[in-house]
Amino acid sequence: MATADPLLRVDNLEVSFGAVRALKGISLDVREGEVIALVGANGAGKSTTLRSISGLARAKSGTITFAGTVINKRTAPQIVRLGLAHSPEGRRLFGGLSVAENLRLGACTRSDPDGVARDTERMFTLFPILRERWRQLAGTLSGGEQQQLALARALMAAPRLLLLDEPSLGVAPLLVRHIFDALAELKRQGMTMLLVEQNIALALELADRAYVLRTGKVALSGIASELRSDDRVAQAYLGAAE
Amino acid sequence: MSQLEYIIQQVINAVSLGSLYALVAVGLSIVFGVLKLTNFAHGDVMMVGAFTTVLLIAAGMPFIPAMICGIAASAIAGFLIERIAYRPIRNAPDVTRLLTSLAVTYILENLGILLFTSSPRNFPLPDILNSSWQLSGGAITFTNINVLTVALTFVSLIGLGWFITRTTIGLGMRAAAEDMQAAQLVGLDVNKVIIVAFVVASAYAGLAGVLWAAQAGVVQPQMGFTPLLKAFVAAIIGGFGSISGALLGGYMLGALEIFIVAFLPDTVVPYRDAIVFALLIAFLLFRPGGLLQPNREIKL
Ligand SMILES: Nc1ncnc2c1ncn2[C@@H]1O[C@H](COP(=O)(O)OP(=O)(O)OP(=O)(O)O)[C@@H](O)[C@H]1O
Ligand SMILES: [Mg+2]
Repeated sequence: MATADPLLRVDNLEVSFGAVRALKGISLDVREGEVIALVGANGAGKSTTLRSISGLARAKSGTITFAGTVINKRTAPQIVRLGLAHSPEGRRLFGGLSVAENLRLGACTRSDPDGVARDTERMFTLFPILRERWRQLAGTLSGGEQQQLALARALMAAPRLLLLDEPSLGVAPLLVRHIFDALAELKRQGMTMLLVEQNIALALELADRAYVLRTGKVALSGIASELRSDDRVAQAYLGAAE
Repeated sequence: MSQLEYIIQQVINAVSLGSLYALVAVGLSIVFGVLKLTNFAHGDVMMVGAFTTVLLIAAGMPFIPAMICGIAASAIAGFLIERIAYRPIRNAPDVTRLLTSLAVTYILENLGILLFTSSPRNFPLPDILNSSWQLSGGAITFTNINVLTVALTFVSLIGLGWFITRTTIGLGMRAAAEDMQAAQLVGLDVNKVIIVAFVVASAYAGLAGVLWAAQAGVVQPQMGFTPLLKAFVAAIIGGFGSISGALLGGYMLGALEIFIVAFLPDTVVPYRDAIVFALLIAFLLFRPGGLLQPNREIKL
């Protein structure tokens, strides 16, 4: 079924923190089934973009439309209920709660116990370590294990769109590969994702399309495989570092 | 009287006093967890429960139903305090929130004085609760109200343990206490979590208020002050905002106070409260996160 409208459309989004203009008019869209990478140097505004979409940061102007609904003014819990989950930068797990409890809260908006049970099994297939750590406190897991739990917690909401903020941050190199394999598997299953990632090579390998941010604006966008060999991507990073 | 019996008697006293401290501290910690606010009005919510119970007993209601109504009155008071006083200033600076909490305390206390005057009233405890048990030929004694205090503390804390580990809203309370934004990101209705936290904490205050007054034998509008102060110390010793920390701190403080009186020389005894507060200052200086949360920052 081909729909004309994208699942997510961000139109001319502006966000400020006091005098700091973090986003200066960003537009992007994500179509059903796509994986979109959002890359750029430190401070370019990647996390702020995701945080505005999920309702944690307020847009000064612009519109965010998800599945036909304008969501700029909605609260974060309302947005989750619409089918948009966000695995935030730094994981933000509930460290004093067990793996099981974290996942249960991930599904707290749902009222289909059978579906939740099925999805829990799915998480065990995707991230087998979670079954072993089931009763352990989230705060005692390694960085890589915590990242897998953060992804699983977001997936437990059964989202139509998954926002991922730096899933490789603080994860041992060997496990980064493992996590991206899981993301590739999710993509194969049809999950729509908007991925922020410092590791451009990995991000562009997984994504269909990509947007390159530079100081709060979209500097460049296009097909991921084409951007991989595009010098301007590297320049966008260097430019910001100057 | 043998040494062993003396020790057993002191342990009984410590558990009984510690239960009261733990009950108050747990409520204080629940609210602190979700709001990061020291709810000074917690002591006055105790007073609401105690007065309701006393008035109902005076009107002819038996003790247990009167106590249940007292607990309900406290829960309602907590609900209203959150709604009217705390919600509008939820995102205000800390100083504003702290002052609001103090203002609520003053309003409730003065309301109490207006209604009941500040002179203490007798707590009409039924005879059966006042009757005492004598073991080992009177070397070990305790009253039924001691037994009831410990029993209700245990039962209610087991209930709380079930609530915060088995129900979504209870898990949400712990999650919101750790990271409010992350709680919103998983879709928790934070308003609902905060209301439930207040109602549960205030019901605990009501229970603690009734038991405290029953043990003291009197109620008065300012009765919440001392337990609040003690619970505050207990919560800091255990780790402010942590429910298990409040429990641990409550029983430790109870034991400390009883043992100072029981086992230290008579010359030290008058300094009991000074020792307790010196301990508080030591914790704030060297281990502000308490026993269970080393190095975590706390805010009043
Ligand atoms: N809460 C905030 N208060 C003030 N300024 C903020 C806040 N959050 C972000 N900023 C600023 O907004 C800009 C964009 O930050 P953002 O976190 O979105 O960048 P990023 O692309 O995710 O960077 P990184 O790769 O380091 O995660 C930065 O200049 C940052 O300092
Ligand atoms: Mg970021």
